[in-house]
Amino acid sequence: MSLARRWSFSLLLLLAAACKDQGSEAPASGGGATIGAALSLTGAAASYGALQRAGIQAGVEQVTGGGGPKLNVLIEDDASTKEQGITVFQKFINRDRVSAILGPTLSNTASAADPLAQQAKVPVLAISNTAPTGITDIGNYIWRDSLTEAQVIPGAFKKAQEKLKFKTAGVLYGNDDVFTKAGYDVMQKALADLAIKVLGTQTFAKPDRDYNAQLTALIGLKPDVLVVSALADNASSIVAQARQRGWTGPILGGNGFNSPAFIKNAGAAAEGVMVGTSWNSLSQDPANQKFLEAMKKGGVNPDQFSAQAYTGVIILAEAIKQAEGKTGREDIVAGLAKVKDLDTPLGKFSFTPGRDAQHEPSVQQVKDGKFQIVQ
Amino acid sequence: MGQQVLNGIFLGSIYALFAVGYTLVFGVLDILNLAHQAVFMLAAFIALALVADAHLSLWVALPAAVLAGGAIGIVLERVAFRPLRGRADSNISGLISSLAMATVFEAIALQIFGPDISRFPPGTFPDRVVRIGAATASLLQLCIVGISVVLMAVLTLLLARSRLGRQIRAVAESPRAARILGIDVDRAIAMAFFLSSALGGAAGVLFGLAFNSISPDVGRGVELKGLAVIILGGMGSVPGAVIAGFALGLIEVFTVAHLGSSFRDAVSFAVLFFVLIARPRGLFGRAAAREA
Repeated sequence: MSLARRWSFSLLLLLAAACKDQGSEAPASGGGATIGAALSLTGAAASYGALQRAGIQAGVEQVTGGGGPKLNVLIEDDASTKEQGITVFQKFINRDRVSAILGPTLSNTASAADPLAQQAKVPVLAISNTAPTGITDIGNYIWRDSLTEAQVIPGAFKKAQEKLKFKTAGVLYGNDDVFTKAGYDVMQKALADLAIKVLGTQTFAKPDRDYNAQLTALIGLKPDVLVVSALADNASSIVAQARQRGWTGPILGGNGFNSPAFIKNAGAAAEGVMVGTSWNSLSQDPANQKFLEAMKKGGVNPDQFSAQAYTGVIILAEAIKQAEGKTGREDIVAGLAKVKDLDTPLGKFSFTPGRDAQHEPSVQQVKDGKFQIVQ
Repeated sequence: MGQQVLNGIFLGSIYALFAVGYTLVFGVLDILNLAHQAVFMLAAFIALALVADAHLSLWVALPAAVLAGGAIGIVLERVAFRPLRGRADSNISGLISSLAMATVFEAIALQIFGPDISRFPPGTFPDRVVRIGAATASLLQLCIVGISVVLMAVLTLLLARSRLGRQIRAVAESPRAARILGIDVDRAIAMAFFLSSALGGAAGVLFGLAFNSISPDVGRGVELKGLAVIILGGMGSVPGAVIAGFALGLIEVFTVAHLGSSFRDAVSFAVLFFVLIARPRGLFGRAAAREA
């Protein structure tokens, strides 16, 4: 070992020791509960992450303003990737020693990062993961407040079918992402249950920009509706290109369409697109009105993702309350199990025995450049 | 069927335009300019900024962005290639330094425009659909194909007929002989970079308009396709790059429609593989270059 190398090695050891020290001090400085939030602030899902951050911040203000437990939320960017998601989780678990984690934004990231939390026995409350499998079944420390595609899509499709009376469908989905693939599986089953004939199925990958080949093939089959499972960025391009290819019929989307960014980017092409949603923006419940007011104050146009993020904070506060103010990791897990019929912007909220969310879904349609709830 | 052919021609015209510039620099310098995709991306962003922020018409923004692309090419040549020229291993070191410049350009774009997908404002180009037999194309798509073909024709003419074209071809043949004949080799190379990057930039703007999504990493996927196109067409051959570009566009569209999007790149590169077995120098590659 050369001298330089020995030096750098001992430097590294020193650095490691310094990091460790910092880690064990962090929780003492905070007081109350330290919560980590892993959100996609950059990358493919950045349009969701920004709104989730706004929702969490509004939620924290709501809780502390209402005399609830003190919450110190650390927000980190998972960059919409598994790798960065794992890095952020390791930081939260080992360095910041958080009581619980909110996020990560994408199911894809959660499938890779959540097992770390399960192993370290740190509770995770997912606020936007909608893949039906592979999230909460990771283990008893993983919870979620977002309805799965499997809970939202069948109801949404049934309602859309009653309104539009379609009999055949062409399907397009992203096959390189856990979330869009899972959405496709649910859609396929929902279509089969409604006895809708699928005339053709096409795929794309997240980095694709050109969907003309797939859309031409699908439109050529003359289906009654197009069914698309995609994230918002891909979704807006797909819808715009479908309209350019001359498609004037209805388009049914998955949860990825549930973002104001989708409408903004697709423009006029988005008109008439129907999506299932777990948040009814028109709900007159006091909890929802309070949420809308908080978002309006922050100058943010709320969506389902901000509502679920806000609800995530409310649920953690309730869990701490149920645990008589204790903020240990096990205390929060015990508290979460006792959350029942909690008033949230999503409606009366409870957990299923499988730690998934339980509340009523709705359907919305783009009209005049806005999502409007279909009654 | 007709519609898919149209989709393929449309995609192929952008690939061809990108690859023509790529192959021009390779033909002159025997160096792969891996920053070509970054110029492609920067020009798209420049056009976007001119349209969205400076509220210029697209017909002003497009030529301006193309010229800016060319200017970036001259900078690129000065910074990444000229200091290394004449060194024994300049091919490899040039490749590496162009990769470094690509990273720098991407970082600049990331800083200014952010990591999210940026889009041209609605109404940048009139939304009109044109019927061609049973198929439909948007006016934008037809313009893109038209602009690409015109630019490629201009380049071909320029190389074949103009004084500058003769100089560039002379340098490609042998820089030393060109210098002895009184040609300013550095200037000819700089001009080759200008032309190459201007065409790459034009491809970037058209790509951005066509699919209306621009991000700092938008050039990476196209770079790999461009590489396949210039190898398929015969390294350094401009007509080869044009034909291979259209061929690859068509292959890709039919692969996606009939085999699925997962095979998009697999089939393109399989075709490349088999062409290279049959014709190691590509479709239009010249016979082994004379090594002086």
